[in-house]
Amino acid sequence: MLLAEQLHHRFGSVRALDGISFSMRPGQTLAIFGPNGAGKTTLLRVLAGLIRPHQGRAHVEGGRRAIGWIGHQAQLYNQLTVRENLRFWASLYDVAPPAELLTRLGLEEHADRPVRALSRGLVQRVAIARALVHNPAVLLLDEPFTGLDRTAAETLGRLLAQHAAAGRATVLVTHNVEEGTGLATEVAFMRAGRFVHFGPRAGRGAQQVSEEYRNAIA
Amino acid sequence: MRLPEGVRHTWAVAAKDLLVEFRSRTGIVSAAVFVVLVLMVFNFGRDPTAVSNLVLAPTILWVTFTFAAIIALNRAFQLELENQALDGLLLSPIGRGSIYLGKLIANLVFVAIVEVIGVPLVALFFNVEVWQNIGPLAGIIALATLGFVAVGTLFSAMTVRTRFAELLLPVVLLPFMILPLMWATMATTAIFGGRPLSEIGGWLKMLAGYDIVFVIVALLLFPATVNE
Repeated sequence: MLLAEQLHHRFGSVRALDGISFSMRPGQTLAIFGPNGAGKTTLLRVLAGLIRPHQGRAHVEGGRRAIGWIGHQAQLYNQLTVRENLRFWASLYDVAPPAELLTRLGLEEHADRPVRALSRGLVQRVAIARALVHNPAVLLLDEPFTGLDRTAAETLGRLLAQHAAAGRATVLVTHNVEEGTGLATEVAFMRAGRFVHFGPRAGRGAQQVSEEYRNAIA
Repeated sequence: MRLPEGVRHTWAVAAKDLLVEFRSRTGIVSAAVFVVLVLMVFNFGRDPTAVSNLVLAPTILWVTFTFAAIIALNRAFQLELENQALDGLLLSPIGRGSIYLGKLIANLVFVAIVEVIGVPLVALFFNVEVWQNIGPLAGIIALATLGFVAVGTLFSAMTVRTRFAELLLPVVLLPFMILPLMWATMATTAIFGGRPLSEIGGWLKMLAGYDIVFVIVALLLFPATVNE
């Protein structure tokens, strides 16, 4: 479903990716933890096809149409309403925005408000709706819990669990070990452009993963 | 009947840009105000006995349109950076050509609005005969505008991620605008002077040739300008 082979990428003299390889099957959720500058965002951008790696290759089955993406920014137009934004992004995938998406994310009462008038948390919810608007097979999420209150974070957690249960894959980059671990079937620790750990979560809890993470990146 | 995919995506991008611009009115109002002010300054700052209106009006018309267009073009990709929406566009399955053509259409509409405001003001301030030859004049304006907006849209995408995008765009764009501006100014002078339409045929053909070449070149180069 998703394949990364020997990915290398540099920004000047900085090695952002240094030989990353992994693959994912349907239904898997990979949580990647790492300190700032570890190369997590670069990895997601390479997987999404937004950056061409200097070496190696990334392949997502189904190509760009199969990818849903949440980056550091919301990728929304401030002047447009929530509904107009979703309609626009859906039109690029030749689908109609699913009506229940607004309800599931608690956005129906905000649907006709311009994005610029929404709080940070609401904007993040709209960004999640935008990423899901075409029902993607692979979700690439960069710090998706940023700005979300507890209820919205729980809603996102449920959506991601449903996504995985439907046989779809998710790659999740986060600093929040607790939330990331709760959703993950696979866990990776990243430092200086490399995976220093990659493997199934195998029933480990957030506390244990957090401890292993601290030891791995120390 | 369902339109072809490329046409639908092109229209989606253009319609979105137009909606965003008409909501914010940032670029269009700035460019329109600029046109009015520049034409007023030229009107009151000239010596009517030194140079005839017939010689001055076409030059001022095209210099004004050029700089007003640059104001509008600067906005074209700026709005895609607000929330990194450009990433979403590039990640979507639509062709890069659709993004370019959508932006081109939206920019043409913005610049056309500015031109619709500018032409009557030129007629008013410089006392030149516009309405009798509005058809040929509209043809000259349409052909010249398509040419420099096609190049400007490409350069807008190239410069938007640079530190001084608003300064850099005119620096890289103006050299490419010299030819269409020269041809458009000469054709406009002939029209204002009441010369027969057959005299402007050559300029129109050259403008059309420029449009064809640069729309194709811009379409071919655009993917390389937006990919990281």
